[in-house]
Amino acid sequence: MDSPITNHQSPIRTMADYLAKGEVPEILFWVGCAGSFDDRAKKITKAIVKILNYANVKFAVLGTEESCTGDPAKRAGNEFLFQMQAMNNITVLNGYEVKKIVTGCPHCFNTLKNEYPSLGGNYEVIHHTQLLQELLDSKRITIEGGSFKGKKITFHDPCYLGRANDVYEAPRQVMLNLDAELTEMKRSRANGLCCGAGGAQMFKEAEKGNKEVNIERTEEALSLNPDIIAVGCPFCNTMMTDGVKNFNKEQTVKVLDVAELIAQAKDL
Amino acid sequence: MISSIIFIILFSAGAVWFTINVLKIRRNILIGKEIDRKDNPSQRWKIMTLVALGQKKMFARPIPAILHLFLYSAFVITQIELIEIVCDGAVGSHRMFRPALGGFYTFLVSFIEILSVLAFIGTIAFLSRRNLLKVPRLVKSELNGWPKLDANFILLGELTLICFIFMMNGADEVLYSQGLSHAENLNDGSLGLAISSHLGPMLFGGMSPESLHIVERIGWWGHIAMVLGFLNYLPYSKHFHILLAFPNVYFSNLLAKGKFTNLESVTNEVKLMFDPNAVVPPPSAEPMRFGAKDVMDLSWKQLLDAYTCTECGRCTSSCPANITGKLLSPRKIMMDTRDRLTEVGKNMDANKGEFKDDGKSLLTGYITPEELWACTSCNACVQECPVNIDPLSIIIDMRRYLVMEQSAAPTELNMMFTNIENNGAPWQFAQADRLKWSEDL
Repeated sequence: MDSPITNHQSPIRTMADYLAKGEVPEILFWVGCAGSFDDRAKKITKAIVKILNYANVKFAVLGTEESCTGDPAKRAGNEFLFQMQAMNNITVLNGYEVKKIVTGCPHCFNTLKNEYPSLGGNYEVIHHTQLLQELLDSKRITIEGGSFKGKKITFHDPCYLGRANDVYEAPRQVMLNLDAELTEMKRSRANGLCCGAGGAQMFKEAEKGNKEVNIERTEEALSLNPDIIAVGCPFCNTMMTDGVKNFNKEQTVKVLDVAELIAQAKDL
Repeated sequence: MISSIIFIILFSAGAVWFTINVLKIRRNILIGKEIDRKDNPSQRWKIMTLVALGQKKMFARPIPAILHLFLYSAFVITQIELIEIVCDGAVGSHRMFRPALGGFYTFLVSFIEILSVLAFIGTIAFLSRRNLLKVPRLVKSELNGWPKLDANFILLGELTLICFIFMMNGADEVLYSQGLSHAENLNDGSLGLAISSHLGPMLFGGMSPESLHIVERIGWWGHIAMVLGFLNYLPYSKHFHILLAFPNVYFSNLLAKGKFTNLESVTNEVKLMFDPNAVVPPPSAEPMRFGAKDVMDLSWKQLLDAYTCTECGRCTSSCPANITGKLLSPRKIMMDTRDRLTEVGKNMDANKGEFKDDGKSLLTGYITPEELWACTSCNACVQECPVNIDPLSIIIDMRRYLVMEQSAAPTELNMMFTNIENNGAPWQFAQADRLKWSEDL
């Protein structure tokens, strides 16, 4: 087979690669637009890949056949564009008979999990922190003694993982393995405060106000004097990183995805 | 005899007027679009028991929750005593249940009295929170004018009501101890009411029997007049939540909060674009509108939400946009929806039940695009609402109208749409480069 979707430079196997060999992957890793193109988010993508490889998870990506889930269009009110994207993606996913998907982004997670089924796309969809929890629980990865020992970590709940889908524990359970000091912001879990990027705000200037949402949220996180602000969403990551820079704290406070924490703990 | 007739007339008039107004509100709610919220009755009863009856979500903020619990339980339990008051009023008896119920009667009325004292304390605290402490969410700009007055009316009304109860019971206690009460004398020397047997002699101890009878009657009639007045005030007030909270929670969204509806009308068009031979239901004869411009474009549940809102502002105080000074307030979205719906209802009343275009609409007339575009769709407002109101769904429906009917999205969002259309990503990156991140692995 010499199609552009199988003939690529990447060491990562696509669904087309699997199909060409008559194999079926364990899970499809839905990388997402941020994870594919945003320089900061690409590091999270790589961390997830390293963990998957380390744990010997037979995974595939869609590569050039992946396209935006339509989430930002839908939240912005463009239902047409959303459904066009959804139908296109569903055609591809169903064509490969995809059963299980892990996403690197809570927005992709929510859209694929909740909004694709009634359009004909039925898959088991999990967020990467849930997969990490599965891998840790089943001992496919283990973490001994920690480079994070004594570090203070606070987790910022992504709205589309937390309130939108009631997933609060997976990222926390994963981080328990780090042997670090986990500390909670006053507004956490169901009461978590948005980073300011959701609802397509990521792609526009904020409306007029007296403060940016990410500043409000970063302030709250920094008040705990953490070493690390942990996140589970590439957009939260951008917003919190910008917030930390705004307070000139980027030398002392790192904003890291839960996947990056695990990859670092394993020295991957 | 005369008093019985006056009572029956007053009571019937109150009940009829209330029913008329409730039916009007029901009619207004039903101009909303159909949505299925009748599935899963067992889960719905459960959520209603926990959230509405059990006040579960209130306890996310314990202090107002406890104060509210005082008022709520006093209100609910008092309804039992009201049965006796109505019976007494209709047949001209006095404390007709006491001889038959005996000790249980004393217990019940005493229990109500204790709750009434707690409710009195709660009401004073609520008045202070609004007017003295000025709790931020209770003094926001959308409450200026009528909403603020409405809130204070209700609280002052509750105080008055409780005062009438203690006038009635207190004076009656004094009369009873003197053998002068109209209640049947069971030779027990006291009605034995937990609060009034002490409060009555303190307040009214030195009064003449004539004055005591007058105080007792003022208390009794004042009480029932307040109850009927309150009942008929409800349909004009945010306080209607005491009734609508129950159906509103019953008809809650049971699905994940992140799941937004997929517009079926859009699905049909998209299917036809993919395959001109696709079988889709024929478009309806009525002109179709994508998203919501006015209240009739919303679902009946969204309209029920609007009437259920009691303007507590938990949504607004947790809204990231509002916290950071943006114009958006989820509470205002609900208040605007209700106010516009009330206006539409009056329009229908004036035009034989048919709505005549008044050139106004919820969007722009009440809610501005600036408010809608400030939303991060974070669901904090939905999470916070103690009666499961969903302001977010209204915001999204109105964004849909702005985008799909008016192409009125902010420029940057239009660029994002174009990028998704052309490149399959919200930014200007080529789909062919989607795997580039992996090349240096």
